[in-house]
Amino acid sequence: MEHIVIIGNGISGVTLARHIRKLSNKKITIISAETDYFFSRTALMYVYMGHLKFEHTQPYENWFWEKNKINLKKGYVNTIDTDSKTLHFAEGDTITYDKLVIATGSKPNKFGWPGQDLKGVQGLYSKQDLDNLEVVAPNNQVCKRAVIVGGGLIGIELAEMLNSRNIPVTFLVRESSFWNGVLPEGESEMINRHIKKHHIDLRLSSNLKEIISDENGKVKSIIIEETGEELTCDFVGLTAGVSPNISFLEDSKIETNKGVLVNRYLETNIKDVYAIGDCAEQREAIGNRRPIEAVWYTGRMMGEVLAQTICGNSMQYNPGHWFNSAKFLDIEYQTYGWVFGSKGRPDYETHFHWKHDDDTKCITIAYHKDTNQFLGINTFGIRMRHQTFDQWLTEKRDVDYVVNHLAEANFDPEFYKHFEKDIKAAFNNQLQTA
Amino acid sequence: MSNKLNYSMSLANSYGLSKSQKIASAIGILGLFIFLLAIFNVQFTNRGLVLTIALLLIAFGTVWFANNAYLNTSEGIKNDGVWFKSISSRGLIGWLTGLVLTGFYIVLYFFPELLGLTEKGVANTGLIALFDPLSRLLSGNPASQWFVYGTLYTLAILAFGYKFILKYRHNRYEKIRTGSVMFFQLAFAFLIPEFMARLNSDSFSLPYYDLKNIWPLNYYNFEQYRVNSMISAGDIGTGLLIFGIASIFIITPILTYKYGKRWYCSWVCGCGALAETAGDSFRQLSDKSQFAWKVERWVIHSVLVFVVLMTTAVVHSYLGVDNTKYWLTKSTFLILVASLLTIVFVGAFVFKRKELAKDAKYGAIGYFVIIISLFAIYYFSSNSNLFLFKPETLRKTYAFLIGSIFSGVIGTGFYPIFGNRVWCRFGCPMAAILGFQQRLFSKFRITTNGGQCISCGNCSTYCEMGIDVRAYAQKGENIVRSSCVGCGICSAVCPRGVLKLENDSMKGRINPNEILLGNDVNLMDLINQK
Repeated sequence: MEHIVIIGNGISGVTLARHIRKLSNKKITIISAETDYFFSRTALMYVYMGHLKFEHTQPYENWFWEKNKINLKKGYVNTIDTDSKTLHFAEGDTITYDKLVIATGSKPNKFGWPGQDLKGVQGLYSKQDLDNLEVVAPNNQVCKRAVIVGGGLIGIELAEMLNSRNIPVTFLVRESSFWNGVLPEGESEMINRHIKKHHIDLRLSSNLKEIISDENGKVKSIIIEETGEELTCDFVGLTAGVSPNISFLEDSKIETNKGVLVNRYLETNIKDVYAIGDCAEQREAIGNRRPIEAVWYTGRMMGEVLAQTICGNSMQYNPGHWFNSAKFLDIEYQTYGWVFGSKGRPDYETHFHWKHDDDTKCITIAYHKDTNQFLGINTFGIRMRHQTFDQWLTEKRDVDYVVNHLAEANFDPEFYKHFEKDIKAAFNNQLQTA
Repeated sequence: MSNKLNYSMSLANSYGLSKSQKIASAIGILGLFIFLLAIFNVQFTNRGLVLTIALLLIAFGTVWFANNAYLNTSEGIKNDGVWFKSISSRGLIGWLTGLVLTGFYIVLYFFPELLGLTEKGVANTGLIALFDPLSRLLSGNPASQWFVYGTLYTLAILAFGYKFILKYRHNRYEKIRTGSVMFFQLAFAFLIPEFMARLNSDSFSLPYYDLKNIWPLNYYNFEQYRVNSMISAGDIGTGLLIFGIASIFIITPILTYKYGKRWYCSWVCGCGALAETAGDSFRQLSDKSQFAWKVERWVIHSVLVFVVLMTTAVVHSYLGVDNTKYWLTKSTFLILVASLLTIVFVGAFVFKRKELAKDAKYGAIGYFVIIISLFAIYYFSSNSNLFLFKPETLRKTYAFLIGSIFSGVIGTGFYPIFGNRVWCRFGCPMAAILGFQQRLFSKFRITTNGGQCISCGNCSTYCEMGIDVRAYAQKGENIVRSSCVGCGICSAVCPRGVLKLENDSMKGRINPNEILLGNDVNLMDLINQK
């Protein structure tokens, strides 16, 4: 029986294992050094905030794995010998495979800041990060102030987490407005105001210069590059993005760049070795997508596809229309298709932006300025139907159609106020004045 | 597991009560303390005034607490620290609260004399006497233990309903739904029966009850004394009897078809009202395991079989045998019941074969138990007094085991241990009937939003019915489950906007997906259209 070994028990690896099991009787082993069982990484924040216990983040009950004959092995892979198809564990034992899948995810970026390895300085990615956070920032007596470096999705989640325990937070964001490398101006500015409303000390256009240690090797304060200001703090969260967690491959023959280089079939340069999820890097980017997509959904999709290939139905990774979602404190965000911020926006892309007076809801519709073709939508505080937008993107609807049929895409709970009329009026108004 | 880290430290101040919340709690407890004094027969000179003060203190304490907890914060999900607080995570305070509630129910059901209930004609004492002024004001009669219970029950729903509305003030579905349960409790469950009681006199006697309380939840509605008094009360009484029957066979099926069982369970029902308001803090404690789901299906359907048999036996016992006197005789009645059951089960098997699959055999077992029992009732009762179980014994057993122990002592007393919907999930026969229809013949479902689920588990954790909502959402599959009461909280707590309660067409309502939306179109087609 062919032995499929998957390194990493995150969403990519587990989705792959589940689908291989559905399609075949192959022997499957999932290896993880992080946890015994698969859990939802995106839910770690809710454990710290007390919404969930850790076991609630596990989507399958513990009997699931044995019942489906998916072997789970806890261990850290030190090296991979692709010639003999053998994995060597830090614990000293080995395992052989017929096909190997690398799905080891990401690790938080550290950009060589002085003091970045001090006690009380960490990212937020793994279960271990959560456990550490619970030690260094359990409450606002042990942690009197926290500083977060990096204004992305993990940064704002960490800010919300610390805020839930009344720990004062200073949030250093390199950009001139929160996440404006991705979000258009109006949205980014609305989120700035929302962050400040939650009493988070948001510092825009601010970089970390260095982290200063106390006599015990623990963080004491940080210095801001631009102002030279020194902030006393007990915790520093490094959330300036993530990069593939592949340092254990350095001595192997598997070709890597930032991530494990793969072709459209998710194959590496070595036969019978594949990579999926956050740690995989496409040799050529697909459409507007980045070569490395560190997103829950793409990890899952790669797992779904690779299962086909491994089970004999060779298939390219060919994702559909882009979508994503997040939550900024109280404001939910969804996106379908492509809406660019000012950075990297194609010349032909133009925007229609509508914002509600209460400053918690807005949408931005991107469309082609010449053809009026609908390109994508960002929606804040209003839930939209994935399927509807997916269909409109496939049908290449124009922006007028989308604005006029927006009610069909609404996914808010029943009895919620609808804003389609306001949005339509604003759209028509904009056209007249433009 | 090792995830039980040093949370005790973090409890230090972030999740403790604020000063105002402590004072507010103390005010509420002071109100309850007055009741305790009354139980121990402290004599109050002006009972009406003391009762008013006690009720107001409880209401005021709760309202102040809620204002302080929610009005100073932004609108949004307020579950911070739920699993760190002793009361809401089966801590010491949770267990103590459970013990006190359970003790209260045991006294209420089995030792009402401890609350001050006396024999007929003798003035009440203790706590029940304290409620006499209010009872006389409403119905003209002295209070009973049920009046005391009803008043406190209504107060709990109103006060905690207010708290719930503040907690979910960003969510119009939750606000309107909570307004609905508060209204139905105050008007239908509490006030109207009291006013109906006023209509009664020596010459006119009508059962006064909560009109929205439908059989089989109201398992005693068709007992002989009630049916007799309804029939003898002229047009109004007959109207009530017809309404009671129409509720089961006409009103309920239509509303459940259009809106799912939520129209009753989380919008109208009194048990649901208490669970959704006072019980809201305990919703996360329900057991989500597949094992619990198995137990649930066996237990709730057994209760259903039990109540159908019991009611049939009871009604059968007081009907006549001579069809020249009245058309509805013992045997006609049994044939009617058997025919109805056969129509329902054959209908389900013929039209819903595919959806039933595994559950079909359980349904068949239940059906055959009832049918064979009907034969037994017929055979044994026509021969002699010999009978497997006397109708009266059945009725008493049901009233004790299900009506008191299950719905009261366990159902509500154990809120802080098993969650707030134990009765609705494992015991309520009404929920079983509505659920059966919801699963097979209703427009209601919870729609999942394409591929947006991140499997975080908030929906499953906060499902009071113990449905593993995530298991469906992460497959992009709509949730069509008999037990779903449509409270809407899974949708509210979802951080990615994945869940929506909807009434839509029956077609394509159940839609398991192997590959989720967002992936290669060809792959999705290949796998999902198999």
